[in-house]
Amino acid sequence: MQIYLPIAEVSVNAFLLLGLGGLVGILSGMFGVGGGFLMTPLLFFIGIPPAVAVATEANQIVASSFSGVLAHFRRKSVDIKMGMVLQAGGLIGAALGVVVFNYLKKLGQVDLLVMLCYVVFLGVVGALMFIESLNALRRSRKGGAGAKPKRRQRGWIHALPFKMRFRTSGLYISVIPPIIVGIVVGILAAIMGVGGGFIMVPAMIYILGMPTKVVVGTSLFQIIFVTAFTTMLHATTNYTVDIVLAVLLLIGGVIGAQIGTQIGVRLKAEQLRILLAMMVLVVCGKLALDLLLQPSELFTLGAAGGH
Amino acid sequence: MLRWLAPLLLILPIMASGEEVVLGLSRDTVSITTSFDGSEILIFGAVKREIPIIDPPLEVVITLAGPSEPVVVRRKARRLGIWVNTDAVEVDAAPSFYAVATSAPFDQALRDIEDLRHKVSINRAIRSVGAPSNITDSESFTEAVIRIRSDSGLYQTLENKVSFDQQTLFRTSIAMPADLSEGDYVTRILLTRSGEVVSEYETTIDVRKVGLERWLYNLSRHQPVLYGLMSLAIAIAAGWGASAAFRMLRNS
Repeated sequence: MQIYLPIAEVSVNAFLLLGLGGLVGILSGMFGVGGGFLMTPLLFFIGIPPAVAVATEANQIVASSFSGVLAHFRRKSVDIKMGMVLQAGGLIGAALGVVVFNYLKKLGQVDLLVMLCYVVFLGVVGALMFIESLNALRRSRKGGAGAKPKRRQRGWIHALPFKMRFRTSGLYISVIPPIIVGIVVGILAAIMGVGGGFIMVPAMIYILGMPTKVVVGTSLFQIIFVTAFTTMLHATTNYTVDIVLAVLLLIGGVIGAQIGTQIGVRLKAEQLRILLAMMVLVVCGKLALDLLLQPSELFTLGAAGGH
Repeated sequence: MLRWLAPLLLILPIMASGEEVVLGLSRDTVSITTSFDGSEILIFGAVKREIPIIDPPLEVVITLAGPSEPVVVRRKARRLGIWVNTDAVEVDAAPSFYAVATSAPFDQALRDIEDLRHKVSINRAIRSVGAPSNITDSESFTEAVIRIRSDSGLYQTLENKVSFDQQTLFRTSIAMPADLSEGDYVTRILLTRSGEVVSEYETTIDVRKVGLERWLYNLSRHQPVLYGLMSLAIAIAAGWGASAAFRMLRNS
């Protein structure tokens, strides 16, 4: 069944979109990631204009993170105070990101920027995760295993001013690092159309030293507001949020996420992470090839002017 | 005396042919609905004449053109090992859709000079005034527009696709792809004899988004804040709904 998207102005198969939403939903349920970093490139592949894909994906992430954060609220694993601080940075970052996005759109370089961001971040995150989970798998094979010593960073982070107490996370740290993390994730959210969970989660664990159990909930909590803000900015400045596309994706997505959670329970954590890492690397490889190989069509068409 | 005669003399050649088009369209509006999946337009008609059929035979040229808009064409080149957009040329006006159908091979149906005057072929329908001085091969950018749009079915050259019976009845069908932009689509019918245009007829087909498509599009342009808030409300409702529904499923 073909469906005409009013903003993207292309006609696509509705079941393809539902399927994509479902597939990414399953993966996001399995691995506990938002799935934006997979969905946006997939939307590029099926011919949705990049600007529309990025803006619409931000809207879809609002839905999936809201669904996820409700579960975490029930488990009381959301550090609201930390979330607020991250968000303050996130909103600044999102505004900066949209400004950069619009500027590059005028120059005709926005596709390049989005692609480069994807290649760099997917490559780095994928490679790190792959190595880390391979080591973990090897350790568990040897049978040695044992929990990794808990990592708590002392040092320069604790020397910064404006300290604040975060009860739920059990932290007493300066607000500067969380704000910077928030800004970086906000910029990425606006440019890449992702929630930024795959950067936020490692940053919270390794830079801020937050306990793992509150990390996912807090990250989701913060992502809702940043992506909601990004959606509004894209909707009011670029008019590129396609609500029909978003609805189709999120119907598939929320159903897929529940199925994915069930599958995820049956697999081992290391296996899961290795699968996720490989998937990230495949997407990254595909995007990198597009940049490195000579394209079959050297020319592209775009709307004139900056409107 | 001569003052009065001059306009008459101008009209004379058209009158002399005494052949004009009576046109029918299978539809004069195309509605882009949510389930829009392209459209096929049947263009048919007859030649009305007051004189007997004369030689050489008439030919029919039919064009269907979407609204013209400026287009930025960008070319990629290799920089530091990766392919990036480097050069850009703005083509001043290129129709978003263009189909030209003829009853004979194109160069027989229409002479080049007439093509130039009436802007019939795709090459002539695109207007490109000038490229930045640093770009020497601006034609390749115009060619790229034609190539890319031809590949996606937006530009079509349909030679010998107009059937023309008894020098009187003609018809053709033009397939419009699903990713149409809205606007007035100008349909022109040219009657030619040995490559010269003897009669011209023009009408428009209205291509419009309707219903939900229209409403959403207008809302996103005129009330972007409301549209954004609505998108968010739907997203949050869907997220909450899914969470609640699956919790109920698990508990039951």
